[in-house]
Amino acid sequence: MANQAPAIELKGISKAFGPVQANKDISIRVMPGTIHGIIGENGAGKSTLMSILYGFYKADAGEIFIGGKKANITDSQAAIASGIGMVFQHFKLVENFTVLENIILGAEDGGLLKPSLAKARRTLIELANDYGLNVEPDALVQDIGVGMQQRVEILKALYRQADILILDEPTGVLTPAEADQLFRILGRLRSEGKTIILITHKLREIMETTDTVSVMRRGEMTATVKTSETSPAELAELMVGRKVLLRVDKKPATPGDVVLDVKNLKVKDEKGVERLRGIDLRVRAGEIVGIAGVAGNGQSELLEVLGGYQDGTGELLLNGQPLDLSGRHSDGQSRRARGVAHVPEDRQREGLIMNFHAWENTAFGYHHDASYQKNAMLMDNAAIKADTAEKMERFDVRPPDPNLAAKNFSGGNQQKIVLAREIERNPDLLLIGQPTRGVDIGAIEFIHQQIVALRDQGKAILLVSVELEEILALSDRIAVMFDGQVMGERMPDQTDEKELGLLMAGITDTANAHSVDEIEENLAHAGGDAGKEV
Amino acid sequence: MDYMTLIQLLDSSVRLATPLLLACLAGLFSERAGIFDIGLEGKMLAAAFFSAALASVTGSVWLGLLAGIGASLMLSALHGVASITFRGNQLISGVAINFLAAGMTVLIAQDWFKQGGRTPSLTGDARFEGITLPGADAMANVPIIGPLYSELISGHSILVYMALAAVPLTWWLLYRTRFGLRLRAVGENPAAVDTAGVSVIGLRYAAVAICGILCGIAGAYLSTALQAGFVKDMSAGRGFIALAALIFAKWRPWYALWATLLFGLFGALETRPDVIESVIGMKVQGQLLGALPYLMTVIILAGFVGKAIPPRAGGEPYVKER
Repeated sequence: MANQAPAIELKGISKAFGPVQANKDISIRVMPGTIHGIIGENGAGKSTLMSILYGFYKADAGEIFIGGKKANITDSQAAIASGIGMVFQHFKLVENFTVLENIILGAEDGGLLKPSLAKARRTLIELANDYGLNVEPDALVQDIGVGMQQRVEILKALYRQADILILDEPTGVLTPAEADQLFRILGRLRSEGKTIILITHKLREIMETTDTVSVMRRGEMTATVKTSETSPAELAELMVGRKVLLRVDKKPATPGDVVLDVKNLKVKDEKGVERLRGIDLRVRAGEIVGIAGVAGNGQSELLEVLGGYQDGTGELLLNGQPLDLSGRHSDGQSRRARGVAHVPEDRQREGLIMNFHAWENTAFGYHHDASYQKNAMLMDNAAIKADTAEKMERFDVRPPDPNLAAKNFSGGNQQKIVLAREIERNPDLLLIGQPTRGVDIGAIEFIHQQIVALRDQGKAILLVSVELEEILALSDRIAVMFDGQVMGERMPDQTDEKELGLLMAGITDTANAHSVDEIEENLAHAGGDAGKEV
Repeated sequence: MDYMTLIQLLDSSVRLATPLLLACLAGLFSERAGIFDIGLEGKMLAAAFFSAALASVTGSVWLGLLAGIGASLMLSALHGVASITFRGNQLISGVAINFLAAGMTVLIAQDWFKQGGRTPSLTGDARFEGITLPGADAMANVPIIGPLYSELISGHSILVYMALAAVPLTWWLLYRTRFGLRLRAVGENPAAVDTAGVSVIGLRYAAVAICGILCGIAGAYLSTALQAGFVKDMSAGRGFIALAALIFAKWRPWYALWATLLFGLFGALETRPDVIESVIGMKVQGQLLGALPYLMTVIILAGFVGKAIPPRAGGEPYVKER
């Protein structure tokens, strides 16, 4: 093995999208016949790196070697010719084509379809036997389940004679049973000499299936280790990272009555996969409850359903009164009317309209406010502008110009605009997601102060952040989410990053726990009825 | 209504259905590749003018046909650049082409021929004449099938037969060839085509070009076969009726033939109010028949007669994403 050329070698790959450095000087070696995991949080740059390898993007710098030879991958065609196959997170299938038609698309043998289809049918039977990749060749893709759709994607790559298979978050849409089946297939492929790169943010998959693992964080590769020589806790820590400790001055909390009471909250996504699997959570007045967890474990869905733009089932009480989880009174407007303010995770997509002025953005969600109306028909724009100017002053938004478009402010100042809009309405409950993502240090401090000040006014605050530092610094109580469930609650002064890291990896018995079996057991429990194939 | 009247009515339906069929197939290629084209009307009109103009100047209808196809292709290229390369709004580009053609044809016609925006009347070789199929005259007197053959089947211009032949050809191309598979795929999910290593842009330009050629033939038919020369706005909404037929046909070639023949029959009936009156015993406004294709399309779109599902990526410019 030692003197064998690596199947893939990346040297110093860098890629920037505008000011965002998606990949910073990344080098990696993947040996043939192995499964190599790439783990990192959403937005860590994993998918960008693989898109470069598949010719979707051109790297700003760096070199790619395939089987020891320098490869110039300019487009997907070149990647396919180099023996690389990619299974995207969102399948690239034509829904109203048959499985067979999807497999030959782009790899036909000649101008007429008949011979290509006949040949593909024969090859398909061979591949199905060799790797256990069972599909129905004549079924329409729209009629088969996601598990089989994924097998079609794998077959597409194998049909093009791929030796290197990249799978991007392959289990995101699968039930646990389907995921197990996928991993058995990957094992077969490895034993047949294929090289597999598995991109995921799920520790369980890495620990169970990979030979080596690389960790990415904020566009950088922070470590590459042998899977057998690491632990979920270590990986979780590498993914989330350590920073200089944030200091937030705050008095001890004096929690009052329960403001938000969440009971057995469940949410399914559009594919029918359960994203929240029975959440129980309470937030009291004058208390900040922080939700920690590796991104993608249901935190976003929790915010969405509480904020009213995702339907769910279960029970939701605000000050003892039920909130609707679906239907007409389950939207942002109704939530705000009941005193729930929401600073969404993605301010550019959900918090602001980037091309609109600051004053317009300040009115959104509160545009029915009496103080913003001139008369029954018209809005009082002058009043909104004056109000915006005042808010900008108080929240130190720079420049304090209500007529500037949202896109012209820096990230921190955009966040302050959203924060000012939501906090100044005197809500009973503030939902706040990733309050300081992409925000500079100075603004972080200011935003943290505002959140604590709101708590001291006796408001309930639910904070979601992937920054463990932030959770530890701000929260009065921490709930850790893993795979759509709350794994446990801890007080910040009675826990540390290590314990939280284990919880984030799904291990509840933190005193004497390390094995993957245990995680798996947890999952099997939680998975329950989700194992059916669609 | 006697047998001969029926034959005449059907004969006239075929004539009127031909430009609709050609335009409908043109739209089919474009929309199956994911490019909406409401500029069929404008392309037909431009082709009608340039065909008539060149046929009139050179005396050769074949040169006229080529000029018509060329003019239509130019407008197709415009639509392609705007909506494929620059990812503009396909509807706006189509509307612009319609306006451009409506104004440009009359302007140039007036400048060249000084006949109030018309071309001179075409005669002889400057026009597509009906072709008498072998044995048509001999069979004319055989009862029942005689008139059917000599009146209905024989005696159309070459373009009518080309349009009819285009139906099975389109079907074959779409469902039996590699090009067709890729074309249909690019209208449904261009990302699948792109990741398979095939050029989305190339396929879409090819589809738009085929659309241009077919619209060109449709336009040439209007001014050099159906009528003898170009007059202002002579496409008279046929491009839009073809689009309606395309929806009616659920974007399928054989259905397109039946849909356009049906709409052709409505057109034929519009000119023969006496026939309708004798059959159903009451007068029907011609305008009502003219509106029928649109009404039927609305009914189809409302989902009363099965569901018409347009190509899924239709109207959406393709942008690569992560």
